[in-house]
Amino acid sequence: MKLVLSSSPHQHVQRRTDQVMRLVIYAMVPGVIAQLYFFGWGVLVQMIIALVTALVCESAIVALRKRQIGQALQDYSAVVTALLLAVSLPPLLPWWMTVIGTFFAIAVVKQLYGGLGFNLFNPAMAAYVMLLISFPAAMSSWLPPGELAAHAVTFSDVVSVIFSGYSSSGYDINQLRAGVDGVTMATPLDYVKTQLSQGYTYSEAIRHPQFTQSLWSSASLGWSAVALAYTLGGLVLIQQRIISWHIPVSLIAGVAVTATFLSMLNGDVYGSALFHCVNGAVLFGAFFIATDPVSASTTPRGRLIFGAAIGFWTVIIRTFGGYPDAIAFSVVIMNMAVPLIDYYTQPKVYGQKSPVKKTQGES
Amino acid sequence: MPYDFEQIVERIDQQKFWTFPGGVHPDGRKHLSNQTAIDTLPIPKQLVIPVKQHIGTAGTCLVAVGDSVLKGQTLTSSPHPFSVPVHAPTSGVVTAIEERTTAHPSGLPELCVVIEADGNDTWAPLSPISHYQEQPKSTLVSAICEAGIAGLGGAGFPTHIKSTARKKVEFLIINGVECEPYITADDRLMREFAWQIRQGIDIVRHLITPKVIIVAIEDNKPEAYNAMLQVCKDTPAIRVVQIPTKYPAGGEKQLIQVLTGREVPRTGLPADIGVMMFNVGTCYAVADAILHGKPLIRRVVTITGEAVQKPQNVWALIGTPIQHLLTQAQYQVKKQKQPTVIMGGPMMGFTLPSVDVPVVKITNCLLAPARKELNLQQRELACIRCSACADACPVSLLPQQMYWHSKALELDKAEEYNLFDCIECGACAYVCPSEIPLVHYYRKAKAQIRIQRDEKDKAEKSKQRFEARKARLEKEKQEREAKHQKAAAARKKATQQPAAAEESGAKDKVAAALARAKAKKAEQAQTSDESASEQSSPDNNKARVAAAIARAKAKKTGQSAPAETGQSDNTEDERKAKVAAAVARAKAKKAAATPASSAPENTEPSSADNDSREAQRKAKIAAAVAKAKAKKHAADETSSQTEEPNSEPVAPAQQEESAEAQRKAKIAAAVAKAKAKKQAADETSSQTEEPNSDPVAPAQQEESAEAQRKAKIAAAVAKAKAKKQAAQEPDDNAAQTDNEPASTAEEEDSPEAQRKAKIAAAVARAKARKVQREAQHNGSEDNE
Repeated sequence: MKLVLSSSPHQHVQRRTDQVMRLVIYAMVPGVIAQLYFFGWGVLVQMIIALVTALVCESAIVALRKRQIGQALQDYSAVVTALLLAVSLPPLLPWWMTVIGTFFAIAVVKQLYGGLGFNLFNPAMAAYVMLLISFPAAMSSWLPPGELAAHAVTFSDVVSVIFSGYSSSGYDINQLRAGVDGVTMATPLDYVKTQLSQGYTYSEAIRHPQFTQSLWSSASLGWSAVALAYTLGGLVLIQQRIISWHIPVSLIAGVAVTATFLSMLNGDVYGSALFHCVNGAVLFGAFFIATDPVSASTTPRGRLIFGAAIGFWTVIIRTFGGYPDAIAFSVVIMNMAVPLIDYYTQPKVYGQKSPVKKTQGES
Repeated sequence: MPYDFEQIVERIDQQKFWTFPGGVHPDGRKHLSNQTAIDTLPIPKQLVIPVKQHIGTAGTCLVAVGDSVLKGQTLTSSPHPFSVPVHAPTSGVVTAIEERTTAHPSGLPELCVVIEADGNDTWAPLSPISHYQEQPKSTLVSAICEAGIAGLGGAGFPTHIKSTARKKVEFLIINGVECEPYITADDRLMREFAWQIRQGIDIVRHLITPKVIIVAIEDNKPEAYNAMLQVCKDTPAIRVVQIPTKYPAGGEKQLIQVLTGREVPRTGLPADIGVMMFNVGTCYAVADAILHGKPLIRRVVTITGEAVQKPQNVWALIGTPIQHLLTQAQYQVKKQKQPTVIMGGPMMGFTLPSVDVPVVKITNCLLAPARKELNLQQRELACIRCSACADACPVSLLPQQMYWHSKALELDKAEEYNLFDCIECGACAYVCPSEIPLVHYYRKAKAQIRIQRDEKDKAEKSKQRFEARKARLEKEKQEREAKHQKAAAARKKATQQPAAAEESGAKDKVAAALARAKAKKAEQAQTSDESASEQSSPDNNKARVAAAIARAKAKKTGQSAPAETGQSDNTEDERKAKVAAAVARAKAKKAAATPASSAPENTEPSSADNDSREAQRKAKIAAAVAKAKAKKHAADETSSQTEEPNSEPVAPAQQEESAEAQRKAKIAAAVAKAKAKKQAADETSSQTEEPNSDPVAPAQQEESAEAQRKAKIAAAVAKAKAKKQAAQEPDDNAAQTDNEPASTAEEEDSPEAQRKAKIAAAVARAKARKVQREAQHNGSEDNE
C-alpha cells in the first residue's frame, strides 16, 4: 500500500491567521462604538469607503501579481488595515482622500513590498502620515465631540459632506466644526499646543470646556473615552494571546516617563503624563497600531525597546514638532529600526549560558 | 553553574522544578491506547531486520542466505566500538540479505536480513549473568553491547557507550516522561513491568555510580508514577518525581533543565554537567540482557489513532512489518482521507512510505489518524511575524527569523540565528497560525548547510593538493632548467666544433659539387657513349637510382612532414634533405670511384682525392649532426615549455624507456655494422678476383666505405624503429635524452629517427592533452 507523506509536526493548534485578524477586528468594536457616539456617523462612512477601496486594491494587485485572490482576501489583513486607517481619519474627510490613503496603504506600502508579511512599514500609519503631510488642514478637521457641537450632524449630512463638501442644509465642514461657543473647535492636543504657543501655561490651556467637562481635568471629553474603549479591546487581545503585553506596556511607559521628565523640568510648558496618555492616539496606537506583528519587533527584549522608543518619540514630536499628534510618525520611524533591534536582541539560546567544563560534580 | 548538587536535590525533594522557555500543550490523546495491557502478537511469517538500527556504524553480516537461525542469534558483528549487533527475533531461515525500504524519513533502502519464521520460536542458548555486582564492569558493558541495546527513547544511541562514561555523574535521570501526544508505550511498560525497570536501573546505577537517581514521569501518567514509586521507595537514592506536563519536557536537554536547572553546553554532552539520562525502555532492556541473557529482539509499540479500531500497545518483534501490527489493531483505511501512517508521535514522527517497513529498535508508536484528527494537509500562508513560534520555542530561538533566512537561502544568516540549536521538536510549527511547515524549512536549510560545508572542505583539500602540486612542478621546473643549462653548455661545446668545421664545410661543398659534376659527367658519358665504359655503367646506374630514391624520399618527407608537425619541421626537412644529399653524394662518389678504378692511371690521385673527400664528408656529417642537434634542442625547449606539466611525473619512466630504445638501437646498429663489415670483407675478397681490379687498395677502401654506409643506414632504420616503438607510448620526452654523444653512425641517422619519434611524440602529446582537457572539463562539470 502506498502511503502519503508529510512533514512533522502533524498536529496543529487550530488558530489560523484569518482568525487572528478577525479577533483584532472584534477587539476594535468598543472603540468604534465610542467613536460613533462622540463623533457621529462619519466614522462608519469612512470605514465603508476604506474597506471597499482596500478590497478592490488588494484584489487588483494580487491579480496583477498572479496570486490567488481568494486566499489573499481571506486572511482579513486588508480589512484590518482599512479599518485601522478609517478610525484614524477625521470623520468628515472628503471621500477621495480616504480612497487615496487606503490605496497607498494597500497597494504601495503593503503589496509593493511583497504583500502580507513583507511590508516594512505599518500600512495604516504610513498612509496616515502620507495624508497628513499632503492634506494637513483636512486631516486635522475633526468634529467636536457630540455634546460640545453646535450643530447636530445627521447621517445624511455626513454622507453629503464627505461626498460633496456641503451638508444637506448647506454648511461646509468648517461651519460644522464650530463648538457651542461658535468657535471652530480644534482637537484637544491641537488646542493645547496652540494655547502653549500663545504663551498660556499648560494648566491654563486645559481650562477649556473640552477638558473641564470630562472625567479628569487633563483628559478631554470624548477623546479619552474613545481611548479607554480601545484599551478595553486591547486588553482582550492580550488576554487572547493575540498580542503580547510587551509593546503596549513599554509604549505607554515610554510616553509616561518622557512626559513626566519634561513636566518635572517645567510643568507650565509641558503636559503631564496622563494628558499625553489619554489624549490623542496613544492608547489606540499602543494596542492596535504598534502591535502590528509584521512591522514590529519580534524578540521579547526588542518589543520593549520598540514600544518604549515609540512612546518617547511621540512625546518629543508632540512637544517640539509641528504636528499635534505623533503616534503615526513614531511608529513609522521605529518600523525602520526593527531589523536592527531584532538582530541585537536575540534571546540567549539553550546552552549558551553554560560553557563547556572539563570535569563536574566535585561539589 | 547556578545551583549546586545539594540545592538541586533539596528542590527535587520538595517537588519543585525549574521550567524551560516556551513549550506547548497539545492534546495528549493518550487515553486511546493506554487502557489495555501490552498484548503479544502472533509471530509474523517474515521478519525484515535492518542491519543498522542505531547511531554509529553498522556491523557485517554473520549469516548467509539459507542459514537456519535461532531466536536471539547474533546476525551482525563489528569491531567498531560505536556499533551494536542485531539479532534474530525468532527461529527460522534467512531467505534474503538485501536492500529494503526501512523506517527512515528518507525512505532510502538499507541492507536488511530477511528471516522466514519457522513458527517454533526456538531460543538460542542464553547466558544470563547472575550476581552481576560481583562481575567486572567491563563484562557487563560488553554484555549490554552484545545484546544490541541502543537508546530506546528515540535516538538509538548505543547504550554501552553511555555506560562507560568516565565523567563523574551526579544525576542519573531515568526518562519516563513520554511527552509526545498519543504514545503510551513507556506508560504501559512502567505500569506493568516496573520491577524489571527497577532492576535495570540498579544495573545502570552499578555501572555509572551516580550520586542520585531521578525517575521523571509527566503528571498525566499517575498510574505509571505510582508503579515506579512503589518499586523504588525502598531505596532513598532513587527519587521518583512527577513533572508538569508540557511538550517537549521529555527531550533530554529540556528534562535536564526542568530537573536540575542546568543547561547542557551547546557543544557538549549531558555528562559535561554531571548528568546521564536513560529511557525506561532502555533500563528494561538492560535488565533483560544481564539477568536473562536475552538480546534486544522485541519492544513495546503503541498502535493508535482514530483510524485503528483497537488502539493498544503490543510487544512487537524487531523486524515485524508494520502491516502485521496494523492488522492486529484493525487499521481502517477508509477512515482516512489518504492512507497515512506516522511512525512516532504527531509532533516529531515521520510518515511512512509503505506498510512493509519493519519495526526497529527506536519504533515507539504507529499512528494512523482519522480524517479530521490531525492536520496533515497544510495550507501555507505568508508569515505575519506574529512570533508565536518564538514564544513556543523551548530553545529560545527566533523561528520566524530562521524561517525568513532559510526560505531566502541566506544560510549564513540562518546559522547566525542559531539554526543548529534547533531540536526539531515542532512546537513552532504547531502554533504557527499561517501553518508554515517551519521544521521542514529548518531541516532543508541544515542539509544545505551541511552540503556546503562538505563542498568547502572538498575545495579546501583540492586547494591544498593544487598548491602541493604547484610546488612540486616548480621544483621539477628548476631541475629541468638546471638540466637544460647543462645541456646548453654541452651544446656550446658542440657548436664550437662545427664552427671549426665550418671552413672545411665550405670546402666540402665545393668537393661535393665537384663530385656531383663528376658524377654527371660520368652519367653523360654513359648516356652519350654507352659502349665507352661498359664496366662502369652498372655502377653508375646504381648510383643514379639510389640518388633518385634518396631525392624522392627527401621530397616525400618534405611534403608529408609539414602536414604532420607544421613549421618546426621545416628545419627537419632541410636536415633530411641534407642527409639525403649526403647519401646521394656518397653514392655519386662511389660511382665516380668506380670509373676511377676502371681507369688505372687515375687511381692514385682519385684515391687520394677519395681519402680527403671521405674525411671531408665525415666532417660535414658531423657538422650537419651538430646543427641538427642544435635545432632539435631549440625545438625541444620550446615544446617542453609549452608542454603540459602533468606529463612531467611520468617523464623519468619514459626517459628510461627511450634510453632503453636507444640502447636497443645501438645494439641493432652494432649488429648491422658487424654484418656490413662481414659483407665488406666478402666483397673485398670477391673483388680481388675481378680482372680489372688491379688497384686493390682504393677499391677496398671504396667497398668498405660503401659497406659502412649501408651499415649506417641499417643502423638508422633499426634505431628509427626502436625509437618509433618508444614513441608509441605516450612519450613526450624521448627526444630529450638524445643529447648524449653517440657514435657518428648513430648520430647521422638519429635526426631522422628522432624526427619520427618526435612526430609520434607530438601526436601522443596532443592526444594526451586532449584527454586531459576533457577530463578537466568533465571534472569541472561534476563540480557544478
